[in-house]
Amino acid sequence: MSSLTVADQQVGSTPAKVIQPAWVRVMHWTNAVAMILMILSGWQIYNASPLFGFSFPREYTLGGWLGGGLLWHFAAMWLLMINGLAYLVTGFGTGRFRKKLFPITPSGVLHDVRAALTFKLGHDDLTVYNYVQRLLYAGIILVGVLIVLTGLGMWKPVQLYYLVALFGDYPTARYIHFFCMAAICAFLVVHVLLALLVPKSLRAMIIGR
Amino acid sequence: MAKRSFLIPGVDKRLLIKDSIKTMPDVTRRRFIAGGASLGALTLLTGCDVVDSSSAENMLARISKFNDAVQAFIFNPDALAPTFPESAITKPFPFNAYYELDDAPDVSAADWKLEVRGLVDNKKSWTLEELYKLPQVSQITRHICVEGWSAIGSWTGTPLRDFLKLIGADTRAKYVWFQCADKDGYNSPLDMRSALHPQTQMTFKYANEILPRAYGFPMKIRVPTKLGFKNPKYVVSMEVTNDYKGGYWEDQGYNSFSGS
Repeated sequence: MSSLTVADQQVGSTPAKVIQPAWVRVMHWTNAVAMILMILSGWQIYNASPLFGFSFPREYTLGGWLGGGLLWHFAAMWLLMINGLAYLVTGFGTGRFRKKLFPITPSGVLHDVRAALTFKLGHDDLTVYNYVQRLLYAGIILVGVLIVLTGLGMWKPVQLYYLVALFGDYPTARYIHFFCMAAICAFLVVHVLLALLVPKSLRAMIIGR
Repeated sequence: MAKRSFLIPGVDKRLLIKDSIKTMPDVTRRRFIAGGASLGALTLLTGCDVVDSSSAENMLARISKFNDAVQAFIFNPDALAPTFPESAITKPFPFNAYYELDDAPDVSAADWKLEVRGLVDNKKSWTLEELYKLPQVSQITRHICVEGWSAIGSWTGTPLRDFLKLIGADTRAKYVWFQCADKDGYNSPLDMRSALHPQTQMTFKYANEILPRAYGFPMKIRVPTKLGFKNPKYVVSMEVTNDYKGGYWEDQGYNSFSGS
């Protein structure tokens, strides 16, 4: 249990346990909006010069044309970066990451994946993340960091040449950026699906309890 | 050479054309950008009218201006674009424009003159022969298109900063504004600090050969610290100015600084 939870309980008028503190909820939904904007405008940009033999349907792109997509992408990036940075600082600073996401053990993950697939995974205590959640949440934070770094490198390949060099070269950074997007979309599908299967987790992310 | 061979893998020609056509009429373009307005209004436009699509557009334009300032702030005039060995050159280097190669300007070397205007001491026009006599340097750098693809090419020409010095340009001015021979009058502003960057070049040769028509004969401005659309081809005039005169793509919504 985090110190924030304790504090909330002490001052709160209702006895219900705070599962998601306010800062997590605000940043979660801000990130959700920023991510959607980045993905839909990113698809618009992708369509201007597809990396693979397909394009994203126009209806699922933002901005109307490449220029509009770029305007959205480079506007929403501020929301994504500032919110993401605040989330990382708060997550590490409050010890939430350490308490909620770690440890992640292979045996724990294996056990919980098996339990999840046979619908035996319990959700009685939403304050404790199971190993599947820990792995996915820690993993998606890393992907988030990677997609921002590749994005920054592609935005400023001369000024931030060391970022591009870290990933190999400019085209490679572009592929990594794309695959990170694909990973985020895959996460999003699983994440939303599981939230709908366990509605009280969705409620906790909205009202906190 | 077949037109198709000018394209590199991953560049969807149909989409290129489609995009270009769609960008041209203002009204159509506005409607397209506004397509994202309601979503934007719900999210980024707290306090703005949800149904007012132009408010989303205005907000995006304002953020783009803010991004210009941020980019100018982090621009380090001493940071050089990475250079590559000859073996890394992309072959064939793609032709890319908002028109087909057949419609590219066919400039006559004998009739062409580079016009110089604005805040410069010497406003004389330059013939190609005179320009060819200036000291030249070569660079092999990566050209990055706003569409996302990139290609490595070899360019040779006179550093723009040397030329600006030669003509007595006021380098405290804000922009060097280029006009081109492309149909519909291509033009583009270049901020002075980028114009003075050591790798910014008045290019006369590609791969050690006189610049071919496809790449901007007789003169292109190669700016390896900018996206491709800020590397004007078929240049006919340059103006040193404090006024922001806009540009072909900049006016349609591409970020004006678009520096790398």
